[in-house]
Amino acid sequence: MSFLTDQPLDLAPLVARVMSPERGGVACFLGVVRDHHEGRTVTRLEYSAYEAMAEAECARVIAEAEAKWDVSVALEHRTGRLEIGDVAVAIAAAAPHRDAAFMACRYLIEQVKRRVPIWKREYYKDGSEAWVAPRPGPQAMERPAGAASEAPSVPEHVSHTDWGV
Amino acid sequence: MTVSAASTVTVRVLLFASYAEAAGQTSLTLTLPSPATVASVLRLLRGQAAGARLPERPLCAVNLAHARLDTPVSSGDEIAILPPLAGG
Repeated sequence: MSFLTDQPLDLAPLVARVMSPERGGVACFLGVVRDHHEGRTVTRLEYSAYEAMAEAECARVIAEAEAKWDVSVALEHRTGRLEIGDVAVAIAAAAPHRDAAFMACRYLIEQVKRRVPIWKREYYKDGSEAWVAPRPGPQAMERPAGAASEAPSVPEHVSHTDWGV
Repeated sequence: MTVSAASTVTVRVLLFASYAEAAGQTSLTLTLPSPATVASVLRLLRGQAAGARLPERPLCAVNLAHARLDTPVSSGDEIAILPPLAGG
């Protein structure tokens, strides 16, 4: 299974992969290239990755989600050149009921942003370009009672230096 | 004086995105005294042109997994220095 692709993403095959007769709730997330960043007009971007680790980290995140909740999940992330409106990341999570599906879907996107080694270079309307530093993530998401309080993840110091919080 | 192989550690260091751009290269091989950690790799790297502009505590990985500064490293390990992540 490869989680990175330089081809356009399509949600439908991911949904098809996680659906099954006993799973009545399917939650999906699409991350889409937007046309602005901190007041500047973005014309396109490029994702690059430390591919071997990105694949390994995606597999770990998925295994964690499937251990925390009774879910089946699928995830793909683009690399290479993307235009405005292109899908950068696609996630599908299917569970017997909606709560677990929503929670697993949210967990996946937050952990991908936090842990998977992918970088984004933005190209602006004025002809300039820049590597994009991430914004601080949202507050810690709610976890089900009994779930591990935190995933084995990025060392704590990262939160204070690279996330700007 | 010849340093015996057992008392040194040779690792491959990978640089990505803005760090690779600043360094002008994407990988290099470093040999340092044993025992070594991610922190000692960074210390040696900072003394070279390729690592001169690295931040104080960059995100690092050892053999495809996130690591801490005190994570030990062994000969043959792949150490990656990761700029702030921006996937998703």
